[in-house]
Amino acid sequence: MAYVAVKGGERAIDNAHAWLAEDRRGNPDVPDLGTDQIREQLGRSVDRVMAEGSLYDPDLAALAIKQAQGDLIEAAFLLRAYRTTLPRFAASMPVETDQMQVRRRISAVFKDMPGGQLLGPTYDYTHRLLDFTIAAGTPPPKPAEMPAEPVAIPHVHGILDHEGLIERDTPAGGEPFDLTREPLAFPAGRDLRLQALARGDEGFLLAMGYSTQRGWGGTHPFVGEIRVGEASVFLTPPELGFEIDIGDITLTECQMVNQFAGSRTVRPQFTRGYGLVFGHGERKAMAMALVDRAMRAQELGETVAAPAQNVEFVVSHCDNIEATGFVEHLKLPHYVDFQSELETIRRMRADAIGDILQEAAQ
Amino acid sequence: MPFPDAQIPRRQSWMAVLARASQPELVRLLQAAPPLPAFTRLRAPEAGLAMVRGRTGGGGAPFNLGEITITRCSVRDTDGHIGHAYVKGRDAAQAELAARLDAVLQDASRHDDYAEAVIAPLAELQTARAAQSARKAAATRVQFFTLATMRST
Amino acid sequence: MSLDLPGFSDAVLDAQSCFRAVLSAMSCPGTIQAAGVGLTPPAPLAPAMAAVLLTLTDVDTSLHLAKEAEPARDWLAFHAGTPFAASAAEADFCVAFALPDLAPLKTGSDDAPEAGTTVILDVAALGIGSAWRISGPGLAAPATLRVTGLPHDFAAIWAANHALYPRGVDLILCVGETLAALPRSLTVEEI
Repeated sequence: MAYVAVKGGERAIDNAHAWLAEDRRGNPDVPDLGTDQIREQLGRSVDRVMAEGSLYDPDLAALAIKQAQGDLIEAAFLLRAYRTTLPRFAASMPVETDQMQVRRRISAVFKDMPGGQLLGPTYDYTHRLLDFTIAAGTPPPKPAEMPAEPVAIPHVHGILDHEGLIERDTPAGGEPFDLTREPLAFPAGRDLRLQALARGDEGFLLAMGYSTQRGWGGTHPFVGEIRVGEASVFLTPPELGFEIDIGDITLTECQMVNQFAGSRTVRPQFTRGYGLVFGHGERKAMAMALVDRAMRAQELGETVAAPAQNVEFVVSHCDNIEATGFVEHLKLPHYVDFQSELETIRRMRADAIGDILQEAAQ
Repeated sequence: MPFPDAQIPRRQSWMAVLARASQPELVRLLQAAPPLPAFTRLRAPEAGLAMVRGRTGGGGAPFNLGEITITRCSVRDTDGHIGHAYVKGRDAAQAELAARLDAVLQDASRHDDYAEAVIAPLAELQTARAAQSARKAAATRVQFFTLATMRST
Repeated sequence: MSLDLPGFSDAVLDAQSCFRAVLSAMSCPGTIQAAGVGLTPPAPLAPAMAAVLLTLTDVDTSLHLAKEAEPARDWLAFHAGTPFAASAAEADFCVAFALPDLAPLKTGSDDAPEAGTTVILDVAALGIGSAWRISGPGLAAPATLRVTGLPHDFAAIWAANHALYPRGVDLILCVGETLAALPRSLTVEEI
């Protein structure tokens, strides 16, 4: 009955794709945009696509952004699709963020600490005034340099650790859960949660993190530390039997420090929420740390009431590729489903009218 | 021939340098070195993924952060040395050159030629890049002046 | 580690062609397919067996090697990249040179029958030797399978495996550059 329109779309689709390609290119009098230009000059977009596409490859992310006309969720989708064509060779050793070559490292809880407050290339103190010299292509000034050696800077929370005032990391742990290999399952461990958040949608996490600040699962957060820089990735190929360094990746890490009143088993201390993302993405790392901490409510004996504390709600809805797939699939033909709903509504109306007539007759 | 354990740290350091070298950089520096020995591919350059792991809280149990593209290659040169490369990214030519260099650098009689012509300049360049980044970061270091300090001066 | 022998000369095309051979062997049980032609694996792996391992195992699978196959461990680790399971009961794939006890092997679950183990068995000959009547999906009419190297009570062993369907263990028989497959859906009778 309702299968009429299934065939016949092929030519329309081909033509739509051709128009899309022309539309993507824009006015041909304007020079074509190189993916190297995107990689170098739209770095924060590239970083976001790598984080949400869950694939670190700036060249591929730049291509994805060009192909998606700058639609970053579509671009992340392209990366997710591409990664399925590649075999996985190995898992890395955990990246040691305290060994990062730091470009930016700030703390909102300690003014003076080993390594100091390094602002790095930040937007924090810009005036948010549109700068027309950028439109004019004026070359930027050369950044200042001051004597320094590349040395590792310790994590800030180590300072409180000596007094036992802040919770410690427990380095033990077996093989972590892998969302890309096993379906989501609840209750979700912190390893699964962190993986989901690291690839989760920045906007969703930002809203969730914000909600905790507005009282929906408040955790009294302080930025213990944010660091941005380059970390080496190590893996151990079986044929070598020793660790090798395969290169650097840019990471942003956020340690959120939260007040914790204590419970029957734990004395009052500071707890921590953790954020770690590919590329330079402070907003995402901070939001991730807020939501990570909120989702620990049950573990820490707090009441679970707010949306950000609901692990199943957050983890099931933070992935923008899944979300866009399910929302956007509504565009696809639902002719048969709709036809059956239509029949149901007609029957219900007919039944209702029948009932009214019957009542009237009585 | 098995690779001697005592040499592992040296090999790790040249492999790390090669992993950070672009293919054009390698080609350029190899012009100043003797031609690389002929080789056979044990495992042709192949692009794939590694799952990058982080640590919960920065120092705790591992979790899966996301994947990275990597390229690997393994060769055996005519001297019988087996070279391996695992490098970030998808550059097959870089991975193959890195594997060939890993092989030749294991040869005691040839090591110095390639260490001097290729590894040393690359290491210097990479160190200089890191040092410059550290100097720029240092220039953005906040120098707090407290009232107490100002009074005491 | 000895890496003297190469793997597939073309990792993608050779693996695809071997995958096709396994697919054909599984979907048309009893047929003998060519696999691993030209491959020079380390002893005691036959080319077909080696090709199947390079094709089906990788970093996400686990492999158990029978004692006889130990000399090929390094080669498999290098070219297939597969982790090794400590026991056959934990493995996704088992390499055997005599039919192992199937009882302890993973048979999957009704929800995930694909988690059942695949046993890759080296046999002395295919097309020659003891005959079994096989029937089931993929066969329009019962066919005859001749194998040298299966135990004499194989029909009884297989009946126990087949009874678990859709759970169970699948079997790939390899000799030289040929293979045949017995999926768990198959009924095997003595002739």
